[in-house]
Amino acid sequence: MELLINLTVNGLATGMLIFLLASGLTLIFGLMSVLNFAHGGLFAWGAYSGVWFYTLSGSFVIGIIGAIITGIILGFITEKLIITPVYGNHVQQILITLGFMLVLTELLKVVWGPNQMAAKVPSYLAGSWEFGDVLIIKYRLFIIIVGFLVFGVFQYMLQKTKIGLIVRAGVMDKDMVQALGINIKRVFLYVFMAGSALAALSGVLMAPYSGVIYAEMGFEFAILAFIVVVIGGMGSFPGSLFAAILVGLAGSYMAYYVPALSLAVNMMLMAIVLIFRPQGLFTAKG
Amino acid sequence: MMKTLLKVEDIHTHIGQYHILQGVFFEAREGEVSVLLGRNGAGKTTTLKTIMGLTPASKGAVVFNGQDITKKATYTIANGGIGYVPEDQGIFADLTVEENMKVAMRKEDEAAYKRQDYVLQLFPDLKTFWKKDGGHLSGGQKQMLAMARAFVNDSKLLLIDEPSKGLAPIIIEKVMEAITEMKKSTTIVLVEQNFMMASRIGDRYTLIDDGETVHAGEMADLIHNEEVKRKYLGIG
Ligand SMILES: Nc1ncnc2c1ncn2[C@@H]1O[C@H](COP(=O)(O)OP(=O)(O)O)[C@@H](O)[C@H]1O
Ligand SMILES: [Mg+2]
Repeated sequence: MELLINLTVNGLATGMLIFLLASGLTLIFGLMSVLNFAHGGLFAWGAYSGVWFYTLSGSFVIGIIGAIITGIILGFITEKLIITPVYGNHVQQILITLGFMLVLTELLKVVWGPNQMAAKVPSYLAGSWEFGDVLIIKYRLFIIIVGFLVFGVFQYMLQKTKIGLIVRAGVMDKDMVQALGINIKRVFLYVFMAGSALAALSGVLMAPYSGVIYAEMGFEFAILAFIVVVIGGMGSFPGSLFAAILVGLAGSYMAYYVPALSLAVNMMLMAIVLIFRPQGLFTAKG
Repeated sequence: MMKTLLKVEDIHTHIGQYHILQGVFFEAREGEVSVLLGRNGAGKTTTLKTIMGLTPASKGAVVFNGQDITKKATYTIANGGIGYVPEDQGIFADLTVEENMKVAMRKEDEAAYKRQDYVLQLFPDLKTFWKKDGGHLSGGQKQMLAMARAFVNDSKLLLIDEPSKGLAPIIIEKVMEAITEMKKSTTIVLVEQNFMMASRIGDRYTLIDDGETVHAGEMADLIHNEEVKRKYLGIG
């Protein structure tokens, strides 16, 4: 029993980190039809800048805020410089964002050096709680709570605020949104910045979780996020939460019970979904 | 003489490699209903899209309210005072009727809510289905919602593309009554295949064929012009 709970908490925590990364990706794709392969770079930048702010200030909260601001600024620059010229052209998007991903990764090494950096869990989140035989690692629970909070806040914004309605309307029919007098390009930019902030948040939360950060960490995680976007349905925010938890849990259980399959399981999940429901489990409209 | 609110001068529009519009001219005068007529595929929808900047003209000019809007962005054109009701209605399927209206309403002030109340009186169905998803409305209700959305902002001009398409006669009647009502406060450009309807509410017509304006004048004259009707509209 305690093993199952441990695996579940572990899987949920990983799932939440993937969700934070995938949610930005899915919004960016859903609204802008932009395939952003640089998203993992923003994740890594979030991790590095967050750890840097954290080390400098001694406060993990400031580390998180620093990472989010870094994500917003990098998101702004990326959208203006990299994405704007290639709207509507998927091949160019893949090439230029993959290229930019490499640039972001190399720049990390220029700024912070080529070696891995250590990241510690802040003392108040270190350790674990014991409930009888069950051991809950505090930091994992913290990640899970943050993930659900972010989901709640964004879901509220998408459902209840005017900008959220505009984003959802834009996912369905961009031309009509513009014909109603809305500057969709500006909405694109905001969404891109928000998505980048989520990627950076994911990165800075990941850092103490894995203990070390390295410049290439974005690649691995971005692949998981892409799988989640495909499984959850491109453009669907709840879909990416569901799929991220699924991928997180599957990875966690498999790593224990069938370690040989733990890497393949995500691909298998994706293949199954693509065969039976190519549009993903959720659709942007539902 | 009534003021010209919209002037379309020799516009040419390319979509991809196709040269779709090859010289469309027309004018809409303030307070009137101007009807665009022409066979299927003549270029009526493309003309409206070009006015809205959705398929911008490669040549020629669109002048609205004294301003050249040919190269303006779609949202700027809309904000300048043109409301658009597209042929497919463009309802946001996943948003409720209320939310569709909310996205459309640019300034949420008293005047806008007054116009919303007014338009809901014209289309009581919308009030009934206020919390229903746009995707679940009937064809007629979608049409009404699309018109309500365009009307809720204080637009000087409404572009309405084939509002009677695919609707039952009794619903068409309602839609036409609403257009007659809206005409009291705005200028309207209407694409309408149903000549009975077009001739009933139109003041002036422009006939488009193969992407070109081939005829224009007062609706009252067209009603008796059997030759033009037969040649371009296949009626009479
Ligand atoms: N996106 C498009 N790509 C290619 N051809 C198009 C496109 N849109 C319209 N056309 C063509 O342009 C012509 C005019 O279309 P349209 O303006 O929709 O006509 P109408 O509204 O008068 O029926 C048609 O021949 C149509 O096939
Ligand atoms: Mg048409």
